Amino acid sequence: MADNNHYQLHVNGSLRDIRDAWIGESLLYVLRERLGMFGSKGACEQGECGSCSVMIDDELLCSCLVLAASAPGQEIVTIEGIAPLGSPSDVQRAFVDCGAVQCGFCTPGLIMAAHTLLERTPQPSDTEIREALSGNICRCTGYGRIIEAVQRVAVTRAADPDSK
Amino acid sequence: MSTATREGVVGERLGGRLGDSPPRPDGIAKVQGSFAFSGDLSSDGFLWGATLRSPHPYARILRIDVAPAWRIDGVATVITADDVPGKPTYGLISSDQPVFATDVVRYVGEPIAAVAADHPETCRRALDAIIVEYEVLPPLTDPELAIDGSHPPIHPSGNIIRHQRIIRGDQTLVGDVVVEGTYQIGMQDQAFLGLEAALAMPDPGGAGIDLFVATQWLHEDRSQIAACLDLDPEKVRLTLGGVGGAFGAREDISLQVHTCLLALRTGRPVRMAYSRQESFLGHVHRHPATIWMRHHATWQGVIQRIEARMVFDGGAYASTSSAVLINGITHTQGPYKCINATVDGFAVRTNNLPCGAMRGFGVVQACFAHEGQMDKLAAACGLDPVEIRLLNAMETGDALITGQVIENVAPVAECIRLTAELPLPDTPVGGLDGDPMHLPGGAGLTADAAHIRRGIGWGVAIKNLMYSEKFDDYSTARCRLADGVASLKFATSEVGQGFVVLAPQIARSVLGVDDVVLEPIDTTIGSAGSTSASRQTWMSGGAVDGACRLVRERLFEHVGTRHDIDPVQLAVDGRDVVDTLGTLRISVAAASAGVVFDETFEHHHRPTEELDENGQGNCHTAFAFVAHRAVVDVDPELGLVKVVQIATAQDVGVALNPLSVLGQIEGGIAQGLGLAVMEEIVMTDGLVRNASFTDYLLPTMLDMPTVVATMIERPDPMAPLGAKGVGEPPCISSTPAIVAAIRDAIGRDLSRVPVRPADIVG
Amino acid sequence: MYSRCFMSVVISTTLAEALGALAAQPSSTVLAGGTDVMVEVNGGHRRPDAVIAVGRIPELRTWSHDTQESTIRIGAGITYAELERAPFLQWVPALSQAARTVGSPQIRHAATLGGNVATCSPAGDGLPVLAALDAVVHLVSATGSRSMPFTEFMTGPKRTALVPGELIEAVTVPVFSGWQGYAKVGVRNAMVISNAGACLAVDDRNRVRIALGSVGPTIIRCTDAEFFAASVVDHSSRSVTEADAAEFGRLAASASRPIDDHRSTAEYRRHAVAVLARRLLRRAFPNG
Repeated sequence: MADNNHYQLHVNGSLRDIRDAWIGESLLYVLRERLGMFGSKGACEQGECGSCSVMIDDELLCSCLVLAASAPGQEIVTIEGIAPLGSPSDVQRAFVDCGAVQCGFCTPGLIMAAHTLLERTPQPSDTEIREALSGNICRCTGYGRIIEAVQRVAVTRAADPDSK
Repeated sequence: MSTATREGVVGERLGGRLGDSPPRPDGIAKVQGSFAFSGDLSSDGFLWGATLRSPHPYARILRIDVAPAWRIDGVATVITADDVPGKPTYGLISSDQPVFATDVVRYVGEPIAAVAADHPETCRRALDAIIVEYEVLPPLTDPELAIDGSHPPIHPSGNIIRHQRIIRGDQTLVGDVVVEGTYQIGMQDQAFLGLEAALAMPDPGGAGIDLFVATQWLHEDRSQIAACLDLDPEKVRLTLGGVGGAFGAREDISLQVHTCLLALRTGRPVRMAYSRQESFLGHVHRHPATIWMRHHATWQGVIQRIEARMVFDGGAYASTSSAVLINGITHTQGPYKCINATVDGFAVRTNNLPCGAMRGFGVVQACFAHEGQMDKLAAACGLDPVEIRLLNAMETGDALITGQVIENVAPVAECIRLTAELPLPDTPVGGLDGDPMHLPGGAGLTADAAHIRRGIGWGVAIKNLMYSEKFDDYSTARCRLADGVASLKFATSEVGQGFVVLAPQIARSVLGVDDVVLEPIDTTIGSAGSTSASRQTWMSGGAVDGACRLVRERLFEHVGTRHDIDPVQLAVDGRDVVDTLGTLRISVAAASAGVVFDETFEHHHRPTEELDENGQGNCHTAFAFVAHRAVVDVDPELGLVKVVQIATAQDVGVALNPLSVLGQIEGGIAQGLGLAVMEEIVMTDGLVRNASFTDYLLPTMLDMPTVVATMIERPDPMAPLGAKGVGEPPCISSTPAIVAAIRDAIGRDLSRVPVRPADIVG
Repeated sequence: MYSRCFMSVVISTTLAEALGALAAQPSSTVLAGGTDVMVEVNGGHRRPDAVIAVGRIPELRTWSHDTQESTIRIGAGITYAELERAPFLQWVPALSQAARTVGSPQIRHAATLGGNVATCSPAGDGLPVLAALDAVVHLVSATGSRSMPFTEFMTGPKRTALVPGELIEAVTVPVFSGWQGYAKVGVRNAMVISNAGACLAVDDRNRVRIALGSVGPTIIRCTDAEFFAASVVDHSSRSVTEADAAEFGRLAASASRPIDDHRSTAEYRRHAVAVLARRLLRRAFPNG
């Protein structure tokens, strides 16, 4: 429950205090501007690009469409919570190695979506990858290298379950 | 809170010479979310800035009352045109656009005032509080009314931005076969994902300012900003904020001057960040165009003469319209031989959104028309699309209709042949697993496989590289070598294309080092020119190569002196300096121990000429070529399309980083696909109807097909590294190839992009 | 400076709590998945002064199957991601098909059936299914509850019978054993607003029902087309002639009242619903 000017969010395993916020602030705004977590990106503010994707209670959601003050008590995982700085996950490494990153603005959202997909569907077909990531717009790459990166992780994990 | 400097460019130690595809040095930061884009930059005590924009396409401003905004708690300042200390206008080629409108607004979204406040919501309320009284005027939205003079001038510079003809050869020839068509291209948005954003930090007392901004050209921004601020350019220091894509939309000024003005006025750091809706209004777009063409050919299909008329709608302000027009008309013939031409081109001013640079820069429009014509010519001559194109394919040594002789490698026929050899898709309509996602309409379940027709189409393009018409286009780079570590300094905007991975590859190859440090990209070195026109690999690559070669000469002199060897005998081999006539072998690290070599190099391309009144002259620097073959599945009854495959062979010169080249090819094709079947800013009476990602549709992963690509590597002797620019060609002929494939599927003409379902249904 | 503004966000965990808060402040913004409300807030078109979040109310997150009545009651807080899957996929396949076309995977994880009904856009993807199935909308307030057919609930474009103080609690839809399907035309192959949509269902009395979306101010039931279908389809052989299917499409289209806008033209929309209706009828009756 949020009181007049204070609420708390569980972000990446930590309880964070939010004070003196405006009621209309989205979770994306609060993550970036109040918690200094700039990894989640905003490119449309209406759920049409996926750049702000985060996990809330194990569901992939657009943080721009979450009212921050309605999120206390939920477990929020952002791109900063995927892997420690300097120790990228297998998905993150594959994106770099496969050329899936150009400007990189869509990348954090795509990493969140790709992680979610591979957790639930470890061996996705080409079509399953495309549908699962269809909510994440990339304007630079034409998607080919992104699909390649996801496939590479799926193959590597199948060969070596400890590769994560 | 992050600070402006929290994420400088760091050194990287990954190996990777020219021809390799090493990982991007910014890659790990980008996948982890720690890379600082311009919108992520912040500073203690900052204010938010926001812009008040015109709701009318054309209106006289009768009164502006900002007092109600000042009264809102949290508002730090409100500024209008009265608060611009220097030049009241800016612009890339002609300075015709007001920093803030004064007496008149000329397009929907034109800036009128700006505010700085403590919260974005305070800014929104302040903008709502500003009172502007307008006398609404009838907008000029039809470019033909700008040409025929029937609409009064909407700007002191008049309604025609530029008119240029090309007259060459026989003006009366009539071919055995004559085909003509009128083609229309809609207004495409660059739609980079990283919205316009900047952080301005004023010096105490306002003597100068630091601006961290996502831009394509730091130095050009600086000179325009400094003039408006009435500051010495040296006092305006620009640093590249992380750039979330550009595609031409960051070549013009958007929020730069406003952010600086607010910061100087308040004496506090100011952040501005556009919303998506504002971004649609706040930057220039691809010119909508109407192009009429008539091709004359022999019975055998050999092009004899082309007549054309092109009209580019520049919108309210000139931006680069005059250069876009020249690109359009000088590419009338496409990559085909033609010796007689009559071309008339106009770039005009209207009350539509301003248009300027977008990937392909005028050639996208021309190519859609000339490729439509080639298919009509093929049909009229009984040839197939490949035969007609091979028959007319341009070669090195051919003259363009401007009289300019193509001196570059020009493998047009090879592009076509190699594309034709690429395998067609091996799955039938609807795929093999029955998933509706394979069909047009996808999860909408609109069609069954039996409703679908497959079509194949072709597009081939020529694209000029670098700037044209006498512009002294150069790039500057500095190389420093000490103790086996090279540092590179340049002002080349990294917008995602990957110059930050290429530049170290050049240094490693030239100097034999492994470790290359990239210094911050800012205005403390000379200009690199714009990251546009497919020019940075050639221009900034040439500058980095030149600086590294100068350093290598110094290194050889140093080694030669110490070992009493003529420096001309020395070479770099692997990580070592070697005596090619003797036995000396010493590592670069050892050879540069304790000394510093520091050299700066400017790379200029060869001079070009302006066009004369008949459109004749060597106006372009160099050319690249590409072919595309599209396979599409179409639901003719509903007009829905799924692009199944794009095959392409592209003339790249040398693939200095093959993975980056592939990324440009696939990414460019995605933008070409967008223009072909979905992307258009819809305007009626000067009003924008779809300024959001809900209604301006970009291709998703389910819209983008598999790309099969061949890179044609024939080093170009004119290019510093043998490599041609590769960014623009992929988005040029992919569009007409897709449209041709749709025509093939439905057996009907289509003359407009984007092709809408209703156009297919007819 | 908005930090000093009074902030009122009630994160309800019971229906009673939400209804009490709503009764106390009927002008509150009711927030479910947020996919409509937050678009308005982010765009500056809505400035909420009080918010009642209903996404965590267990009563709204449940469903129940009434085998006696052969209906399924779906809590308003069930998301479209859930509607894509079992058991809804088996019981209301057209609703699952519609669910798969809603926005992106991220949107479907947030967006709720109740939210779609509350917004009541003519382009709401789930709504043609509710109209075709004669779904019943259950409304509840601090003082009572009422139910009404969806087609009465939707009174215009984004206009409903909901009154201040009321929440949408659930929607009841029949479980039919006959064929049902949904189709939607958009310009993109994912994440796209409907330009024309249709749901066709064969009910347990062998009546063909069809409803259209995005082609009028409300979702439109095509009674002439339904009446015509009754006379031309053969249920035992699951057959209809191509000509009769085409006539069915024409009749459906004649019930539509589309407009021109930036997404499409009235003419195309009318044409498209004719095609969709014809194809859906042929899917239901593939023989003949």
